[in-house]
Amino acid sequence: MSKPPDIITGDTEAPAFAEAAKQGSVKPASERRVTHDLWLSGTEGPTDTGRFTDEGAQEMLLDEDPEVLAGQRGTLVVDDYGEDAVSDEVTQIINMGPQHPATHGVLRLHLELEGETIKRVKPIIGYLHTGMERTAEALTYMQGPTNVTRMDYLSPFHNELAFSLAVERLLDVEIPPRAQTIRILMTELNRVASHLLWAATTGFDLGALSMMIYGWREREAVLGFFEKTTGLRMNHNYIRPGGVAADLPDGWEEDVVAIEETVLAGLADYEGLLMGNPIFIERTQGVGVLNPAECFAFGVTGPMARASGIDFDVRKAFPYSGIENFDFDIPVAQHGDVYDRFIVRFEEIRQSLRIVRQAAEAMPLGDTRTEDRKVTPPPRARIDQSMEALIHHFKIFTEGFKVPAGEVYQAVESPRGELGMYLVSDGGAKPWRLHVRGPSFAHVQALPAMLTDSLIADTIAALASADPVMGDVDR
Amino acid sequence: MTTPSADPMYEDLAGRIESARFGDSKGQVIVRVPSADLIGFVDAAKEVGFAMFIDLCAVDYLHRDPRFEVVINLLSIDPPARVRILVEVPAGESVPSITGVFPGADFYEREAFDLFGVEFEGHPDLTRILLPDDWEGHPLRKDVPVGSVPVQFKGTHRVS
Repeated sequence: MSKPPDIITGDTEAPAFAEAAKQGSVKPASERRVTHDLWLSGTEGPTDTGRFTDEGAQEMLLDEDPEVLAGQRGTLVVDDYGEDAVSDEVTQIINMGPQHPATHGVLRLHLELEGETIKRVKPIIGYLHTGMERTAEALTYMQGPTNVTRMDYLSPFHNELAFSLAVERLLDVEIPPRAQTIRILMTELNRVASHLLWAATTGFDLGALSMMIYGWREREAVLGFFEKTTGLRMNHNYIRPGGVAADLPDGWEEDVVAIEETVLAGLADYEGLLMGNPIFIERTQGVGVLNPAECFAFGVTGPMARASGIDFDVRKAFPYSGIENFDFDIPVAQHGDVYDRFIVRFEEIRQSLRIVRQAAEAMPLGDTRTEDRKVTPPPRARIDQSMEALIHHFKIFTEGFKVPAGEVYQAVESPRGELGMYLVSDGGAKPWRLHVRGPSFAHVQALPAMLTDSLIADTIAALASADPVMGDVDR
Repeated sequence: MTTPSADPMYEDLAGRIESARFGDSKGQVIVRVPSADLIGFVDAAKEVGFAMFIDLCAVDYLHRDPRFEVVINLLSIDPPARVRILVEVPAGESVPSITGVFPGADFYEREAFDLFGVEFEGHPDLTRILLPDDWEGHPLRKDVPVGSVPVQFKGTHRVS
């Protein structure tokens, strides 16, 4: 009659060990320890570890000298930190990242510390560099948005928009009003999604774990709408030179209203959760401060600059896609610290929703692509009727359309700041050079200005408040 | 992107450095500046009001005589205006670094050096920034063919 298996370990042999111990065939603890040591040192293979290895480790602990044992248990603390070790000249360099969770990607910081104070910071970037600017030179203008949308992966629509506007400026084509308003609608919703994700992750980094859940929850409503419209939750390739890829889906008005309600309700929650919380205030006010002069010197734009009192927004200064017809405000704060960046970004969510509401109410009817047949392929129905239309369609998708020679810089206001594309065309169907001026690149560069002479514990708060997207930094 | 209110700024700037040639590219103001006058021009632009450093990049015009071009973007907040500075750089020659005027040009100049091999004279630490330190060559130059760089980390187990 076989024994039932041990219900805890599932080990049918377990009772045999107890038998063996009774009969004295199990080695005494001291011998087992020797075996264990040899096995650990690697000079010899274990002679008789068998199933006793773990028990040996337990015994080893119990057999030790009481003082050593106390040290292992943490009950005895020996203060061997001599006076010689403390000196003003001694600084310590520690390495943060590239896999640190708070770097939100692969950013590495060399921090030179004196005690807990940061004396020097050196950001080390390039871990995500894949040569996307060079890739852009190998893709046609029609394929271009698939490449640029992957750079700043939290605001894909803004990348596509900047690229498309640059190409359109060189082409000098007219974009129908419906396509322009759809572009505004999608980019402003994208700003909401990006700021929500930023608030979620920054709250998480500061220890507000609920914020993490809340932010992602509301962002989901926006991403659901993106998926319905473009088919994808990110890397949409929706805004293209000449217009947008497709019209809005049926029932989009109700979706937009639902998003607005969800996000506004969530926003009230976040502000109640964070802005009056004493721990949160303690960790954010006066932390990571950038003054306006530093913003100018390092090219810091967007919410970061506006939190430092610089009233600049590309949407107001250099309007694009008819954004000048919308009524919205630019929030500006004065202190330039992490807390003010929260204020500015939360208010920007509200202002973006205002633009979204106006865009939804005043959405013009009509085409979503330009009528210029050099850029827009013929409609599907024409291909069945006309050989020329078929040839034209084939040529546009194989060779691409040619863009007149010239160079142009086009900026849009991405959630992080000024996103610029410098496009050089040699008159062919592919860009001669595409340079992307990512806001995150400038903000990572400004980290030393934010962090020097602050405490190491503030690194996370300051870094998170800059909202760097490493895909945008390294490209 | 010219606004009438910004015209006096451009005129002021044009009067300060004589060798700068102003032009227009698709409605945007561009200035061609000889590399010897670059620091003086950038300094003057900062004084006139183009106080924010926005961008610096290099372009490789392989078949043109000064082969490289360094492009600098500056911004004025009030009135909103931009100026784009183009500096021609013959292959093998260097450009003066503008990090003394705008510290923010540091990373951008390192990037241009890394990807194009354009050297910036007076840069405090002109090292590679995006590529590994032991990388050979400058991959965004037009004479480096796409796909010519051996791909790292492609060692996989062969099934034989």
